[in-house]
Amino acid sequence: MSVPIILFFVCALLAVVGAVLLILAREPIHSALALVLVMMSLAVLYLLLGAPFVAAVQIIVYAGAIMVLFVFVIMLLNAGVEERTDFSKIAKWAGVPLGFFLLLLIAHFLAHSSIGTAIATGTGAATQAADTRELSTQLFRQYLFPFEATSILILIAILGALVLARKDE
Amino acid sequence: MSAIPISWYLVLSAILFGLGVVAFVFKRNIITIFMSIELMLNAVNLAFVAFARARGALDGLVFVFFVIVVAAAEAAVGLAIVIMLAQHRESLNVERVNLLKL
Repeated sequence: MSVPIILFFVCALLAVVGAVLLILAREPIHSALALVLVMMSLAVLYLLLGAPFVAAVQIIVYAGAIMVLFVFVIMLLNAGVEERTDFSKIAKWAGVPLGFFLLLLIAHFLAHSSIGTAIATGTGAATQAADTRELSTQLFRQYLFPFEATSILILIAILGALVLARKDE
Repeated sequence: MSAIPISWYLVLSAILFGLGVVAFVFKRNIITIFMSIELMLNAVNLAFVAFARARGALDGLVFVFFVIVVAAAEAAVGLAIVIMLAQHRESLNVERVNLLKL
């Protein structure tokens, strides 16, 4: 067992445990912290895949900005323990097994597809820096229009959030 | 360097997406439901990066960038809607939001 494989298993386990904790936690703040755990371990997996820029963006934007926004809203609304309500009988007896069946089906097809056998090439530090340079070149040449469009989207989102969350006169 | 098959990442991505769907269906708090949407987006991002590595193309990484940006915009608007809902209904339980229900 080489170091990357052990690292992969540790991070994959942490991510799955975090996702399960998100489901099981009754307090929203515990769910938020579990989601931060998932995002952190995914950032390590991105590093393992040789995508340092995506790993940095994952930590800064996801684990930083978005989760702080979530925690802020949870604190602002003083969200307490989630109320338990009755699930329908169908959801309990058919939904859970069917959900796991769907999960197994997706995993099966992914594992046996032709691309599934390809090797994820984690590359050295020198090529990673070149990759980030190449990524920025592509982002600001080939994908310039979508990039500018997302900036307008964010502007609209900020205005929409301001209009929605403001107190009624 | 690392000889991890791409299918391992894809299976992890599928598991995380499935758990996100389960959380989306089973949780009753609207903030937690939003968090499960973010979990599903994260799972899709992992699949994007894995495929980008397998094909040796960088387009997948650009798409991950856009997904993260759109997720940030979505979180801002969605949480504003959550605040408005909490002010009007005085509850975060989605079962209480049943005005359109027969």
